[in-house]
Amino acid sequence: MPYKIVAEECTNCAACETECPNDAILEKKGTFVILADKCTECVGHYDDAQCVEVCPIPDCVVIDERLPRYAA
Amino acid sequence: MQARIIPIFEHKPVGGCGATGGAGKSSCGSAAGKGDLPPEVWEKVKNHPCYSEQAHHHFARMHVAVAPACNIQCHYCNRKYDCSNESRPGVVSEKLTPELAAKKVLAVAAEIPQLTVVGIAGPGDALANPEKTFKTFQLIQSSAPDIRLCLSTNGLALPDYVQTIQDFNVDHVTITINMTDPEVGERIYPWIFYKHKRWTGRDAAKILAERQMEGLEMLTAKGILVKVNSVMIPGVNDDHLVAVNQAVKSRGAFLHNIMPLISEPEHGTHYGLTGQRGPSAQELKALQDKCEGDMNLMRHCRQCRADAVGLLGEDRSQEFTTDKVAAMEVNYDADARKAYQAFVEKEREDQQAAMQAELAGLAEEAGHANVLVAVATKGSGRINEHFGHAGEFQVFELTAAGAKFVGHRRVDHYCQGGYGEEETLETVISAINDCAAVFVAKIGLCPKKDLEQAGIEAVEEYAHQYIEQSLVAWFKGYLARLRSGEAVAVERGQGSLRQGAFVA
Repeated sequence: MPYKIVAEECTNCAACETECPNDAILEKKGTFVILADKCTECVGHYDDAQCVEVCPIPDCVVIDERLPRYAA
Repeated sequence: MQARIIPIFEHKPVGGCGATGGAGKSSCGSAAGKGDLPPEVWEKVKNHPCYSEQAHHHFARMHVAVAPACNIQCHYCNRKYDCSNESRPGVVSEKLTPELAAKKVLAVAAEIPQLTVVGIAGPGDALANPEKTFKTFQLIQSSAPDIRLCLSTNGLALPDYVQTIQDFNVDHVTITINMTDPEVGERIYPWIFYKHKRWTGRDAAKILAERQMEGLEMLTAKGILVKVNSVMIPGVNDDHLVAVNQAVKSRGAFLHNIMPLISEPEHGTHYGLTGQRGPSAQELKALQDKCEGDMNLMRHCRQCRADAVGLLGEDRSQEFTTDKVAAMEVNYDADARKAYQAFVEKEREDQQAAMQAELAGLAEEAGHANVLVAVATKGSGRINEHFGHAGEFQVFELTAAGAKFVGHRRVDHYCQGGYGEEETLETVISAINDCAAVFVAKIGLCPKKDLEQAGIEAVEEYAHQYIEQSLVAWFKGYLARLRSGEAVAVERGQGSLRQGAFVA
C-alpha cells in the first residue's frame, strides 16, 4: 500500500515495473504509478522494496504518508 | 593548458601495430583490413562502422532506444538529463516501443542505403530490458534480415543472456568495462542492482567486475565478437586501464575502445558536479598507444546517443522522430543497399591500392618522423568537406608506415551563415593544435592565414581525393621541405577534446 512515485521526478525508465513482485506498477499518462491496493512494500517477497532499490533517481519512490503502512 | 613538444623525428619502437606493417596493412587496430583478419571475422566486421575504422567512412549505424531501464548507476551518467542538442551516451529524446523501433529501422534503411547495423545501446542497459530488446531484434530480423544486430551492455546481466544473444543472431556485443579492481570500481559505480538487492561500494564493484569477465568469456567461447568500451577517467582509472586491456585481451575481446570521460557540469552527472575532468586528446592517444600491442584499438568512436542515426560523424535522428516515422510509408529495398555495398567494396580496394602505391619510397624518407594532421571529410574516405562547414576533423598520424587514423575532434562550424566567427576559429585551432596541417576541400583566405599563424598549414590541393593517399603524398613533400629548411618543426599543443553540447 504505502509506496508512491513522485511524478515530477520519474524518468519513465520502467525499471521498477519489471521488478515489482506484485505487478503493482504501471505506466499512466506518461509516468509510472504504484497501485496502492496491490503494493505490499515487498513484504513476503524481498527484504527491501524493489522499486526503491532499482530506481535511479533519489527520492522518487517514497512512502505515501497519507496511507497506512502495509500489514502482512 | 600545458603545451607539449612533439619532436618531429621521434623514436618509435619496432614491433606492435603499424611499425611492421606488411602489404595491405596500414596499421592493425580497428584499421585492420582484408587480409589482416581471419576471413570469417573480416566478413563480420567489414561493413560495421563501429568495428572497422575503414567501414566507418562508408557505412551508417542506428541505435533504437528501446531499453530505458538500467541496473547500475555510474558516476558519469545522469539519467534525468535529456536535451535535444546534447550528444552523449545514455541520452535520448524519445523512447521507442519494439514495434515502432522495427518500423523506424525500415524507414531509415529506405532513406540511408549506407545503413548496415542496428544496435540497442540503451538509453539504459539493453540487458536490463531483455523483453524489449529481444522483441525488437526479432521484429527487425523478420522484416530486414540483411541488417546486422548488435547490443551494448554494462555486463551485469550478461551471463544470463549469452545463449539468447546467440539464438537471436546478434554477432556483435559491446561491454563497458572500466575496471577489474573493485577499489577502482567503487569510485566509478555508486551502486548496482543485482539479485533483488542494491549493492554499494566495493561489493558492488566486485560483483560487476566478475559478471563482466564471466560474460566476456562466455561470448568469446561462442565466437561472438566482443568490443570492450572503457571510459578514461583521469586520476581514477587511467593507469588501471592498461590492466583492463590485458584482462579483456586475454579473454578474447576483439576490440578495445578507450573513450574520454564526458563531464560537463551542465550534464548534472556526479563527475560533472564534482569537477572530475576528462582527458586531453594527447592523454587519450598516449593511453591508446600504450594499449595497442596485438590488441585492436578503436579510435573512431563518436560516443553517440542511444538514438543516433547515420554515419558516425553525423546524427540524422531528427529526421526520424517517432511522429515522422509513424506517418511514413515504408518500402523495404535490400537491393539498393546491396548495390551500395558492392560500390564501397570496390572503392575501398581502390583506396587501399592508391595508398600502397603512394607508400613507395616513404620508409627511407620518413625515418622515425611522426606528424599529426587533421582532415575535413563528409565520409567516403575523401577530403570533401569545406573548412567552415566541418563539424569535426579526423586526425591521422603520419609515419614511415603511412597514414593511420588516430582520432577525431568535434568542433562548431566555423562558417555561420556565410561569415566566419573569430571565436569559433579559436576553438577549432585549439582542437587541432597538435596537428601540422589541416586538409580541406576549400577554405577562406582569413582562416587560412590565422591557421598559418598558429603553425597549422591549410591544404586545399587534394580536394575530393582519397584521404590516405593524399596524406602520404603531402607527407613526402613535407619531409622534403623540412630537409631543405623551408618548413620547420614547431612546438604543438595538447589538442582539446570537445565536451559540450553538439549543435549540428
